[in-house]
Amino acid sequence: MASYLLRRILATIPVMLLVAIFIFLLLRLTPGDPAAIIAGDYANDAQIAEIREKLGLDEPLFTQFFYWLGNIFQGDFGESFFYKKQVGELIASRIEPTLSLSLMTIVLTVMIAVPLGTLAAYRQGSWTDRIIMGFSVLGFSLPVFVIGYALIWLFSLELGWLPVQGYQRISDGVGGWFIRLLLPSLALAVVFVAFIARMTRTSVLEVLGEDYIRTARAKGQTERKVLMRHALRNAAVPIVTVIGLSFAILIGGVVVTESVFTLPGLGLLTVEAVLARDYPTIQAVILLFSLVYVVINLLIDLSYTVLDPRIRY
Amino acid sequence: MTTEPVLDVRGLTVALPTSGDRSYAVEDITFSVNPGEIVCVVGESGSGKSVTASTVMGLLPGALKPVAGETLLQGEDTLKATKNRLRDLRGTKMAMIFQEPMTALNPVARVWEQIAEMLEIHTKLSQSERRKRAIEVMESVHLPDPERMADSYPHQLSGGQRQRIMIAIALVLDPALLIADEPTTALDVTTQAQILKLIKEMQERRGTGVLFITHDFGVVAEIADRIVVMKQGRIVEQGDREQVLKNPQEPYTQMLMASVPSMTPPERAVVGGEMAVEVKKLDKVYGRKGFLRRERIVHAAANVDFHVRRGETLGIVGESGSGKSTVARCIARLIDPTSGSISLHGTEIATLSQSKLRPHRRRVQIVFQDPYRSLNPRRTVGQSMIEAPVNFGVPIEEARRKARELMELVDLSADALDRFPHQFSGGQRQRICIARALALEPEVLIADEAVSALDVSVQAQVLKLLDDVRDRYNLAMLFITHDLRVAAQVCDRLIVMKSGVVVEQGPTREVFSNPQHEYTRLLLEAAPGTDVEFGSGRAI
Amino acid sequence: MTTASISPARQTVRRIIRNPSVLIGGALVLAIVLMGLMAPLLGTRDPSKISPKDRNQPPGYESTVRDSSGKKVPVEYRLGTDTLGRDIYSRVIYGARVSLVVGLSVATIAVIAGVTIGVIAGFFRWADGIIMRLMDALMAIPAILLAIAVVSLFSSGLASVIIAITVPEVPRVVRLVRSIVLSIREEPYVEAAITAGTRTPLLLFRHVLPNTIAPLIVQGTFIVASAIIVEAILSFLGIGIPPEIPTWGNIMAEGRSVFQLFPHNILYPGLILGLTVLAVNMLGDGLRDTLDPRFANKV
Repeated sequence: MASYLLRRILATIPVMLLVAIFIFLLLRLTPGDPAAIIAGDYANDAQIAEIREKLGLDEPLFTQFFYWLGNIFQGDFGESFFYKKQVGELIASRIEPTLSLSLMTIVLTVMIAVPLGTLAAYRQGSWTDRIIMGFSVLGFSLPVFVIGYALIWLFSLELGWLPVQGYQRISDGVGGWFIRLLLPSLALAVVFVAFIARMTRTSVLEVLGEDYIRTARAKGQTERKVLMRHALRNAAVPIVTVIGLSFAILIGGVVVTESVFTLPGLGLLTVEAVLARDYPTIQAVILLFSLVYVVINLLIDLSYTVLDPRIRY
Repeated sequence: MTTEPVLDVRGLTVALPTSGDRSYAVEDITFSVNPGEIVCVVGESGSGKSVTASTVMGLLPGALKPVAGETLLQGEDTLKATKNRLRDLRGTKMAMIFQEPMTALNPVARVWEQIAEMLEIHTKLSQSERRKRAIEVMESVHLPDPERMADSYPHQLSGGQRQRIMIAIALVLDPALLIADEPTTALDVTTQAQILKLIKEMQERRGTGVLFITHDFGVVAEIADRIVVMKQGRIVEQGDREQVLKNPQEPYTQMLMASVPSMTPPERAVVGGEMAVEVKKLDKVYGRKGFLRRERIVHAAANVDFHVRRGETLGIVGESGSGKSTVARCIARLIDPTSGSISLHGTEIATLSQSKLRPHRRRVQIVFQDPYRSLNPRRTVGQSMIEAPVNFGVPIEEARRKARELMELVDLSADALDRFPHQFSGGQRQRICIARALALEPEVLIADEAVSALDVSVQAQVLKLLDDVRDRYNLAMLFITHDLRVAAQVCDRLIVMKSGVVVEQGPTREVFSNPQHEYTRLLLEAAPGTDVEFGSGRAI
Repeated sequence: MTTASISPARQTVRRIIRNPSVLIGGALVLAIVLMGLMAPLLGTRDPSKISPKDRNQPPGYESTVRDSSGKKVPVEYRLGTDTLGRDIYSRVIYGARVSLVVGLSVATIAVIAGVTIGVIAGFFRWADGIIMRLMDALMAIPAILLAIAVVSLFSSGLASVIIAITVPEVPRVVRLVRSIVLSIREEPYVEAAITAGTRTPLLLFRHVLPNTIAPLIVQGTFIVASAIIVEAILSFLGIGIPPEIPTWGNIMAEGRSVFQLFPHNILYPGLILGLTVLAVNMLGDGLRDTLDPRFANKV
């Protein structure tokens, strides 16, 4: 068990290292002088030289990478060229809206998607199933920003029930925080619900075809308990896996949703940084999001040991 | 005790979905099971025997519908019972065990919980009483150390132990009827013998009526009080054990029983042909030590020595995990041996690189177990047949001509070459696979459980075909099987394997009549139905 | 057996064209493709033509413009105009071209790259470890962020957008192909071909790769759908196709500033974008139901 944990944790190191190399090379491999790209179109030679000096661009690539990585391990992501601020601070100041949005979306999603998917599987082929799956295809096909604007148009402009855009910090009142997060997380949850409901249905369907479900029925167990006790408990591993994998969708969605609803989070920061060609910020944000994704999936891997007794060595 | 049967099936007919090639899964079948009696329903695949069992339990898949007749469980028709009533009956009055003990238990629940679930559904016992009762019943099915095993998960138990758990679940509420659907088919022969003994013991002790579904006449002979023979949804013959086994009336029953290979090996002359394969000190080791990983090394084959001459059939028998298939795959070089020597007609092939090996590939051909996966479904039989000769430079026209000849040799018409594999039955496909293997005119033919997936009547034909081609082409044949009856009939010599090691070898007749090793004796004793002589059409 | 030989491929095609999801999705996709192809005929105005006096008008607005010869002609803005007075209806129709080109290019490149890498990983053990670690790393970067990162490096344009969207799709195809190759090489018919002396390249093309076609068609369809969405997102965020080219994402980006007053600038292109992706997804769903052997075997 302990060795399994250790092995899983160690296995993420090469992946994260490769991610870091990739992100590092991204800037270095661009056609042209990275310093000139960073400095922007209106920089003079002195400014470019200064940037080159700062990034150690004259050093060999290998040295540059370890220099960069070493700084990151000390929490130093460099200075943002656009905001003229430490990237670390910048990120810290932008985390709250992103975290709030993500958590609220996940809670909404799991509460809606898992029961819907299970119901659809249980009623396979019925109208209930078809309607749920129909909505799932629809939800999966509508881009987040289209849903976002449609929701704003309906609930804020036409009905006037909810504020249009913007964010309120949780310390300034939970009510306002919640109200302003409601539409963004709803918009973001749609695609997420569509995906997870569908995968839940597939997993539960697969389990319902297993022999032990027949055994449970042969015992005279009620259908509800067959579903809850035998099917869902066995479908838990694939469902949780899918939730973990769909964090990639969630993170992409966060970037777009924050732009639509002007939530001053990491997603909006990413877009601003890209538009401003603020590379230290871009690198830091991507690295951070990737790390979060890898860690979440690591945690999910570890949860298997609780969910499935067969994975325990 | 009254003579009322626990199960009385009358005129039962179950409809198939309209798309099928016949309209009923079972048609107008009538039989009964009395208290304390084991009734075996025996038949080949598609005979409707499993459908019958599921119908009684009310566990038919949605596409199948009973349309006529009744299934009376102690006088109560289960076809007419409401869903709730049916749930009440399951477990209390009728219970079922299934073919696949590996998958029939919920993998994420502890075994005692799965037994106790039965008590939870149908009784008012408390949690601790349920656990106590579960452990008691585990003890009664002879599971070792039930206190400790109760908290195990299914994957920690062997196949035989899991089937015992299934039996414990089925019998914990003492039902009047136990339905056993091929309960030993997935088990090794020694485990099968134990499970059959257990079912018999339980049934005698409790007076349970047992409906036992099987395809295996050996098992029937071992356990049946009465026998029902089915064919394509209908009952062909039924009667007492003695009557059916010793004096079968219907030609179909007679044919089936004649097709079951006899446990008595025929007299065979010693084959003195030239040496085809010589294996020395063959080792195959799986797994390796990994970083932070527990060492997991499996000796799939260890120190294996044998030889086969041309014109001779060497049988390798053993249970699952004995390493018999590993040996076969090493010789076909589908896997690389870890060490040892394989001499093919004097050429050492154990260590040849893939490119050097290629010219020798044509000399060893293999026929696999599963006829449904052995032919590429996207290619016509003809394309599959000529692939090998064309690989070795035979002109396409020449290869086609040869393929037509071979099709006739295996009793298929030449126009079969233009068809696709899905248009053939399992037995026909296995013939095609044999023809394909012969297309290269090999010296060695490996049959890896080649008849194990076939119905007994088809099996007999394919065995005969293998015997014929061996003689005709003077082949050295390596016959891998778990089935002692089959081995008895086709092999000149036998080697017996257990856990990767050869425990005994010798002429088939000698091994059968005078086994030297403990394990061989165990295997021979475990073979079901040895007291009835099959294979001749009449019982002794 | 009445017919001598029905090939499995032909049976599959027969199943596919009877699937309602394939029919509806396919018909819609066909309609959108036709719309893109016939954009010059269907469009009422040059999509890039600026008309300052007709800025920000609601759907159905009628006005007059001068044609090439300087004559005044009446014009109807069926879906209104944007902040520069361009005709949204024509821009939406022309926008289909970019979406379809991006969708198809991304799917084609991703599938070709994915199959090549996946086969190497699945069949050659020495390459497997390295390739799969690389793919894990690529998968660890959320797709949209990876696309944003790639596109931020190159000058914005169609080619860089296509590359940016393709890169994160490749590992998914690689995983699919590799898993199929790994399971197929265990099949007895592949082992039979090995003992028949079939050389590795032929073995791959004849026995292994045909099994990847159906799953790849399905996967490719879903890639088309997701590529269309990602392209729209990138354009919408202002980091995709240059704003003067009419794409659905660009039209919506244009409409952001005036959304509260003129929601149609965003809602109409959003609707057609959603419809297109829905059509492709329906097609993909239908294809999966009919092509996925695991599903077919259960029936």
